[in-house]
Amino acid sequence: MDFQFTEEQLMIKQAARDYAQRELWVDVIERDEKAIYPEKHVKALAELGFMGMMVSPEYDGGGMDTISYVLAMEEISKVDSSVSVILSVNNSLVCWGLETFGTEEQKQKYLRPLARGEKIGAFLLSEPEAGSDATSQHTTAIDMGDYYLLNGTKNWITNGNTASTYLVMAQTHPEKGHKGINAFIVERHWEGISVGPHENKMGMRSSDTHSVMFTDVKVPKENRIGGDGFGFRFAMQTLDGGRIGIAAQAVGIAAGALELALKYAKERKAFGTEIINHQAIAFKLADMAVKVENARNLVLKAAWLKDQHKPYGVASAMAKLYAADIAMQVTTEAVQIHGGYGYVKEYHVERLMREAKLTQIYEGTSEVQHIVISRALAKGELLP
Amino acid sequence: MKIAVCISNVPDTTTRIKTDATGQKIDLNGVQWVLNPWDELALTRAIELKEQNTGLVSEVIAVMAASAAGEATLRKALAVGADRAVRIDTDPADSFEAARELAYYFEAHWADIIFTGIESSDFNGLAVGPMLATLLKIHLIPGVSGVFLENGQVLVQQEVDGMSIRLKTHQPVVMVVQKGIAIVPKIPAMRGIMTARTKPLEVLSPRKEALQTEVTAFEPLPPKAAAKMIDAEDAPRLIELLRNEAKVI
Repeated sequence: MDFQFTEEQLMIKQAARDYAQRELWVDVIERDEKAIYPEKHVKALAELGFMGMMVSPEYDGGGMDTISYVLAMEEISKVDSSVSVILSVNNSLVCWGLETFGTEEQKQKYLRPLARGEKIGAFLLSEPEAGSDATSQHTTAIDMGDYYLLNGTKNWITNGNTASTYLVMAQTHPEKGHKGINAFIVERHWEGISVGPHENKMGMRSSDTHSVMFTDVKVPKENRIGGDGFGFRFAMQTLDGGRIGIAAQAVGIAAGALELALKYAKERKAFGTEIINHQAIAFKLADMAVKVENARNLVLKAAWLKDQHKPYGVASAMAKLYAADIAMQVTTEAVQIHGGYGYVKEYHVERLMREAKLTQIYEGTSEVQHIVISRALAKGELLP
Repeated sequence: MKIAVCISNVPDTTTRIKTDATGQKIDLNGVQWVLNPWDELALTRAIELKEQNTGLVSEVIAVMAASAAGEATLRKALAVGADRAVRIDTDPADSFEAARELAYYFEAHWADIIFTGIESSDFNGLAVGPMLATLLKIHLIPGVSGVFLENGQVLVQQEVDGMSIRLKTHQPVVMVVQKGIAIVPKIPAMRGIMTARTKPLEVLSPRKEALQTEVTAFEPLPPKAAAKMIDAEDAPRLIELLRNEAKVI
């Protein structure tokens, strides 16, 4: 077993860290408070190649492995998860889904500009009545012979307003249940698409989350991804990889909170000494560090499995479940260590705590991860 | 036009420096090496000049005198945008050895502009640039805060106390760069990181001539005493301490 990173992986981690600490840090509080979309940062990260970093160079991507991707996700999420979620959706849902399952024509037309970061993508699965139960899609795509006719509403769509390229899941054959679902590439500017108002969220306020409505949208036949009825499998397989990114985001949020809490504990004095010298604080920090390290190792294991082309669905569910839970715990403790200062925005940890909460909810709630893991256990896929 | 940037490999500024058991060497275990911040800014400017003056600047070369441990730093320079790198395989014992090895290299491989950072963040010697120019018998511009290419001419901005100076210069020239040469160091892009391994990194044998100095011991300085707090109202007490204890007035 080799726990060494390659020189390239370390360089990518450092590049992400440099950008996050130098550029994102400056305006993260203001963007969070006023819910301002991080346009210039998305552009800068695209120029550096982060928006399509795992896509093959053949399609204008960075050609990096999943380990590099999770290292970058962690460093960016230490400072700003509103930015890292944009990166995550574009990389591991939209670009990965297109590169893995798209036709050559689809890749040439849609993947290239997404990999370059010139265009941004969104992944449209959730609906007002289909969250964890993604099989009950109400959005319909009726086969009209030459095209599909798309109708319905999608909810909680990251990049909902800024994306140019949507990957939309919709039901074509209701009688077949989830085997009747298809996935489509839909262009944002097509007639019949409207975008709801910006959701006023608790955290990750600077990423743009919207509902998207489709009314008689004509989708060309060649924009269906995979064979007829492949949509649900497409969504599930893509989300397996997406979860690694969100798990890495959760590790970043926790690690960022730990870095801040450690710094504060070394500076803040109480009862005549720095508070890190009080066991009540020191032991908290030790527990936080163990949790972060554990979560990071789970994420790296899932990323490694994916890079080795081994099954990673359960590993990514474990990584996301654990990392999201400890992100909540570690950020809460970081606020506690900061005392009153932790409860004001200037010190960043309250924001990290708000961001952590979402990692337990999106790209599969913690409850859904429990289902994935326990079913694998029941099937004997995870032997002790 | 060729631009060479002299690169130094230095411990990350957060590293806790300690000596080994003999007390004569720095303990390098666990040290995180980084590209010296001043050299990183010089490299950034060199690459900007090449990007902004396609055709005029033919090559940016990163040159370093260091052991193999320095190669990761050189590859970062390649990832940031240097076209090729040269490592002279020696860990210089002092500024003079570094300058001498670099001078031997440049005598055989002239560059039109040679950048050095004003100092390295480890020993802060401020010496390699001036020594290098002297050994090469070419002129040196210190305190360079800006370099521009206009109509094929090299223009330099220098900052001295209360004044900014603009001058034209002939080449070859050694420029010691300081604050202002570039705003922020360039972050390597994914494509640069990916191609860094395919760019040439040449390793040359050092001349290894007799050293002029030898470290006999590293001794830590005594820690600074804690600050004494004096009540803002108690000026006489402050004066008394400054006079009798600190003996500065």
